[in-house]
Amino acid sequence: MYAQMVKSEATAEDPQKLAAFQARIDAGEKIEPKDWMPEGYRKTLIRQIGQHAHSEIVGQLPEGNWITRAPTLERKAILLAKVQDEAGHGLYLYCAAETLGVSRDELTEMLLDGRMKYSSIFNYPTLTWADMGAVGWLVDGAAIMNQVPLQRTSYGPYSRAMIRICKEESFHQRQGYHIMMKMAQGTPAQKKMAQDALNRFWYPSLMMFGPSDKDSVHSAQSMKWKIKMNTNDELRQKFVDQTVPQAEFLGLTVPDDTLRWNDDKGGYDFAEPDWSEFFDVIQGNGPCNTERLAARNKAWDDGAWVREGLMAHAAKKRAAKLAAE
Amino acid sequence: MTDQSALFEYLLRLGDNTLVLGHRVSEWCGHAPVLEEDIALANTALDLIGQTQMWLGLAGEVEGSGRSADDLAMHRDVWDFRNLLLVEQPNGDFGQTLMRQCLFDAFHLELLTDLTRASDDRIAAIAAKALKEVTYHLDRSSETVIGLGDGTEESHRRMQTALDLLWPYVGEMFTPDAVDLAMHAAGIAPDLTALRTRFDTRIDAILTEATLTKPDSTYAQSGGKTGFRHSEHLGHMLTQMQWLQRAYPGATW
Amino acid sequence: MKNEWPLWEVFIRGQHGLNHRHVGSLHAPDAEMAIKNARDVYTRRNEGVSIWVVEAAHITASSPSDKGPLYEPSESKVYRHPTFFDIPDEAGHM
Ligand SMILES: [Fe+2]
Ligand SMILES: [Fe+2]
Ligand SMILES: [Fe+2]
Repeated sequence: MYAQMVKSEATAEDPQKLAAFQARIDAGEKIEPKDWMPEGYRKTLIRQIGQHAHSEIVGQLPEGNWITRAPTLERKAILLAKVQDEAGHGLYLYCAAETLGVSRDELTEMLLDGRMKYSSIFNYPTLTWADMGAVGWLVDGAAIMNQVPLQRTSYGPYSRAMIRICKEESFHQRQGYHIMMKMAQGTPAQKKMAQDALNRFWYPSLMMFGPSDKDSVHSAQSMKWKIKMNTNDELRQKFVDQTVPQAEFLGLTVPDDTLRWNDDKGGYDFAEPDWSEFFDVIQGNGPCNTERLAARNKAWDDGAWVREGLMAHAAKKRAAKLAAE
Repeated sequence: MTDQSALFEYLLRLGDNTLVLGHRVSEWCGHAPVLEEDIALANTALDLIGQTQMWLGLAGEVEGSGRSADDLAMHRDVWDFRNLLLVEQPNGDFGQTLMRQCLFDAFHLELLTDLTRASDDRIAAIAAKALKEVTYHLDRSSETVIGLGDGTEESHRRMQTALDLLWPYVGEMFTPDAVDLAMHAAGIAPDLTALRTRFDTRIDAILTEATLTKPDSTYAQSGGKTGFRHSEHLGHMLTQMQWLQRAYPGATW
Repeated sequence: MKNEWPLWEVFIRGQHGLNHRHVGSLHAPDAEMAIKNARDVYTRRNEGVSIWVVEAAHITASSPSDKGPLYEPSESKVYRHPTFFDIPDEAGHM
């Protein structure tokens, strides 16, 4: 998902405190910033929320790529409002992380120098307008699948951020699907474009949920702490089951020959994505890793004088006010 | 020039200003110095795009040949655009973008204020809605120009550079031509000379607080709002903005 | 970080006259910019009519006016609400 492969930390703390902490979580209580929490819980959350926040921010870029080329004024406004929301999501999440004792600038620098990751999905290029449809439909669709249960996560500020985010997310997937509908019902060229977008985004979307649970060592602790609510495979299955009929409705073909409805499990059987590609992308070798990080670094570096300038002005104003008192 | 064609031209000016500036501001999305600014810039761009839909929508109606706001935005070439040269200037650094915004906002605010009293109700209504948005735009852009002008040595230097660069585009906003005069006579557009006085009062106060020096040149570039001679920048902007509509004619999106 | 903009807590009173409610946080160089940032970040969907900001550092926790131009614009951004997009029922829940 947006926080893929988050390593959860082992904890070596007072067993009594740990037990009491776990009991609170099991009872459905929220953990708040000033409450006692295991160091591992705090560190894992920083990593997970931070990675989620970075994903929202880097996630602005593939869609931002098309704002200046949107085909109508209304589409331009919708896409811009959507990408703006993602910036907001990043902002809410950084604020949630800040309650754990790390600053936004610190997190940002860890993103920019590669110490922290963001979701693999945003390292894929957006090549046609249909990609705006596919991203909203599939990528936001997959994200929502993960984010809805996270509203119930144990950490209060994270949970509240997710509630706000989910409220805003609801239009993202719909606007994407709406674009796909227009394309699928459009000219032959548009329909081809829509199919091509689905072909390119299908497997990367499946990868968003992270590798299969059998290979995921960190899930158990995180699920106990309720900072991970479902297994990767559960969510992936749910996503496929929801998405396949939507593709059929569009008259598009999911690029998977093995896709079959399985009556016994009440869900689709489907092909796994190529996990070696996933690991390549995570390692920094995706099609757009270099451009994405370069763009964020440039924004940060070019913006330094602005951040410093406004800060200096605020200090002058404060000093003048003090002097006047 | 008939009244109707002058009105059409005038509405194109209003709509092309917001179209082109909204497009420019939207180019920042994902690249601003800080998240809060990214979100704020997007809000400004969204307001301007919304105003464009109203102005160009009305322009199409007045023209009466069935062109929609989108048709006008996506299917005219450079010489048919009627925006000010100021708004088509490239973003440059953040300071240049905000200086451009502040200069335009100060003009825009005064213009819209007067347009709310236009003899044409449709224009007055759009202006009233836009005025609320633009009041906030100027609030924000002026505060940022002041903060950066009176910030660090570097931010001050960059803001002065931006002001010097953009100042030659200020005059065009206030130089009336036949269209402006016809619209003024029709009780729609304000007297641009009076507008300039109000603009100067505002801008002087902002620049003083920003510790910036207004260039003493009164030289004014022109050719944007008449469409006689745009800058080279506009054509490049249009190649992006109009590309899909041009590459796939007749498609709906 | 050395020169990071301070963190502000944002409180908004909505349309219905209820108390100001904490809605989130943001960074800003000073109080005036914090108000503006709050308007841009937290009232995009017409959520509020009055904003308070407090520098987070000034909040002690137990264990755990520019009305028109500031708020009205977001009323016209209907596309931010999911119901703006007509998705046929056949496409499934979204
Ligand atoms: Fe997202
Ligand atoms: Fe998001
Ligand atoms: Fe989203």
